[in-house]
Amino acid sequence: MSSHQEDLRQRIRQAIAGQPQPTVTILSSLLAVQDALGWLPAEAIEEVATRTGATINDVWAVASFYTNFRFSPPGPHTVEVCWGPTCHLLGAQAILQAVQEAVGLPGEGDTPDGRYSLKLNTCLGACAQAPALALGHRIYGRMTPETARRLVEGVNQGEAS
Amino acid sequence: MSTYATLEQEARSQWEALQGRPWLRVGMAICGRSAGAQEVLDALRRALERHGLPATLTPVGCLGLCFAEPLVDIQKPGRPRIFYQRVTPQSAEALVEDYLLRDNPRPDLALGTLGGQVAGIPPLEEHPAWKPQVRIATRNCGTVEPANLWHYIANGGYRGLAKVLAEMKPAQVIEEVSKSGLRGRGGAAFPTGTKWNFLARAPGPTKYILVNCEEGDPGAFNDKGILESDPFTLIEGCTIAGYATGASKGYVFIRHGHEGPITLTRKAIAEAYKAGLLGQNILGSGFSFDMEVVLTGESYVSGEETALMEAIEGKRAMPRSRPPFPAQVGLWGKPSNINNVKTLSYVPEIVAKGGAWFAGIGTERSKGTAIVCLSGHITRPGWYEVPFGLTLRQVVEGIGGGTSTGRPIKLLQTGGPLGGVLGAERLDIALDFDGMAQAGAIFGSGGVIVADDTTCAVDMVRNLVAFCQFESCGKCFPCRLGFTHMLEVLERIATGQGRPADLEAMRTIGQAMSLGSLCGHGQLGFNPVQSALRFCADDFRIHIEEGRCPTGACRPVLSLPRRTRPQPVGGWYARHAYAHH
Ligand SMILES: Cc1cc2nc3c(=O)[nH]c(=O)nc-3n(C[C@H](O)[C@H](O)[C@H](O)COP(=O)(O)O)c2cc1C
Ligand code: SF4
Ligand code: FES
Repeated sequence: MSSHQEDLRQRIRQAIAGQPQPTVTILSSLLAVQDALGWLPAEAIEEVATRTGATINDVWAVASFYTNFRFSPPGPHTVEVCWGPTCHLLGAQAILQAVQEAVGLPGEGDTPDGRYSLKLNTCLGACAQAPALALGHRIYGRMTPETARRLVEGVNQGEAS
Repeated sequence: MSTYATLEQEARSQWEALQGRPWLRVGMAICGRSAGAQEVLDALRRALERHGLPATLTPVGCLGLCFAEPLVDIQKPGRPRIFYQRVTPQSAEALVEDYLLRDNPRPDLALGTLGGQVAGIPPLEEHPAWKPQVRIATRNCGTVEPANLWHYIANGGYRGLAKVLAEMKPAQVIEEVSKSGLRGRGGAAFPTGTKWNFLARAPGPTKYILVNCEEGDPGAFNDKGILESDPFTLIEGCTIAGYATGASKGYVFIRHGHEGPITLTRKAIAEAYKAGLLGQNILGSGFSFDMEVVLTGESYVSGEETALMEAIEGKRAMPRSRPPFPAQVGLWGKPSNINNVKTLSYVPEIVAKGGAWFAGIGTERSKGTAIVCLSGHITRPGWYEVPFGLTLRQVVEGIGGGTSTGRPIKLLQTGGPLGGVLGAERLDIALDFDGMAQAGAIFGSGGVIVADDTTCAVDMVRNLVAFCQFESCGKCFPCRLGFTHMLEVLERIATGQGRPADLEAMRTIGQAMSLGSLCGHGQLGFNPVQSALRFCADDFRIHIEEGRCPTGACRPVLSLPRRTRPQPVGGWYARHAYAHH
């Protein structure tokens, strides 16, 4: 086993062992790994199975159910555009279109250069500031197609400089 | 061991110490942050430092006046609180220099005052968005530092629990809650006292109170709002519920990713343990109760009460069959009671002031207050706690200020995606669980999305059904296939390909779903379509007969996630992800 793989397993084990709450389950462990790595490698499924005494199948069943889990590494910039009814009324489709054009994607997914991951969100909880989008953990409200485009392009430029 | 009296004394002295110098509070809940409150907080901190001003700067939760965010509240010693609206980093600096240094309260930047008069600034108590409010569950929101136990106690917190532990038997607590008429605020409006009785009668010693903060309804943000603004009111309410029902532990169930509510609730729980308000032998009463935050992944159905238990157990959030009911066989096979955040957040005040007091607010069968989340084409989006019985018009036009576009209201979408739509002609019905259900929509969790006359009902309903289709857990086929089929029909209608038989087709599908689905998701899923057909039949008719959208809102190609999970998209959602291994 390569040291890279050993290192990955180490990080996964640390994430599983470091959960602050008393109740540790398959789901809580998967969420902890997703938080630590940003995605669930196959090794995570195995480690969670070992730690919780479940089968790979049991763990896979849970991982495949919740739509926030990723199965390949995300780009450095994850953009989530809300398509909930409030945002929809206030122009979410135009925001989505602007973001898609800015990153060069036809819909949800990862850009070929691996810089952006784009996802739709059912409601970011910021309906009072709709339309909303999230960049990483940060939510931005009162978006226009123009501010959304600048925001999304800006993170990449900020990182490159 | 702490007693309530010693805690109260400590709290009072801490609260008084705050009054000795200028106190600046910045609304830092989700809506504040998404409007730029972090930059405002940073600007205030820099300005205070630059001028070497002694002042207290505190991030607080949400006052509910989201339209005014970023909102800054400045209170000088002996003066009223002044609320400044739509603050920017520049105006934040101006406030420090003008009001703190030069004593010019800048009426031009202010929204209103609370607790006294300042020349040139209207009192918030008279503001149309504040005046009709009766703030019970939200009484501390935006006023206290969210996970600060001393702030909570100084404002009357834990009075209720202290009274319950010192003077009341569990059965008396349930009686008081029954007398209050409190009904569940999570959707089904079930009487809370009755529900607690089911759990009280179930055998112990291990029983659970499960607090539902999944809040997946788009357009509803009051549960997260309470936890981000005043988590202790929920914690105290949950502890009282535990005492009343003989439960041993409470779980607060929050969706992963909502860092504000998660972090603050965890912090508040830790503070409560430290002060002896959770854990063994609470306040020396012999009563012990534990609490913990558990997270769910993204899944709307995990808010359904039996799916919620599956998710806490770490499995797929797929509903269980009933019976057995949760009060008999619940989480990990133990008797359990599920309540919404808002429901339990009323409890401390109900026991402190008495059930009769609460029952004196509201209508005959909907007691107390409604916490309404207004969003959409509305001048003043936000969340407002108002007595039941106000008309929808008073809420939408009075509090919300009417449409933001100046156009007429066409419809209200209420109660989340499983709720329904109400036509503008029903604006004069009262805010009331039963009245709204009769009119064809439900109050549900309190979301009210306002849509003006540029909205097409077909487009709106298509969005709601796409949500339901995406979120179906897939366990039973009437729901899983029904939503998929219904969405296909709606897309056909929306794009001008509708057929005359389509309306009947949707009714047939809807009926099969409501009869054959295992949980409320499928059972109620036809509500939005049915109510839209009732109030906006013309939109559907024009689409089908004339092949056009009456308002132009329906787009031919619409990006909505469409799948019956699991189906891959990019790196998300399950797939044969590890084929290369
Ligand atoms: C699909 C579905 C999703 C639900 N989501 C929530 C939710 O997010 N929050 C909530 O409190 N109740 C939700 N409910 C209602 C709960 O099943 C349950 O009735 C409620 O939490 C009980 O609390 P209450 O008696 O205090 O209202 C949902 C129900 C269904 C069918
Ligand atoms: S009705 Fe829908 S959400 Fe509920 S159990 Fe059936 S498939 Fe799942
Ligand atoms: S609908 Fe977009 S944030 Fe809630």
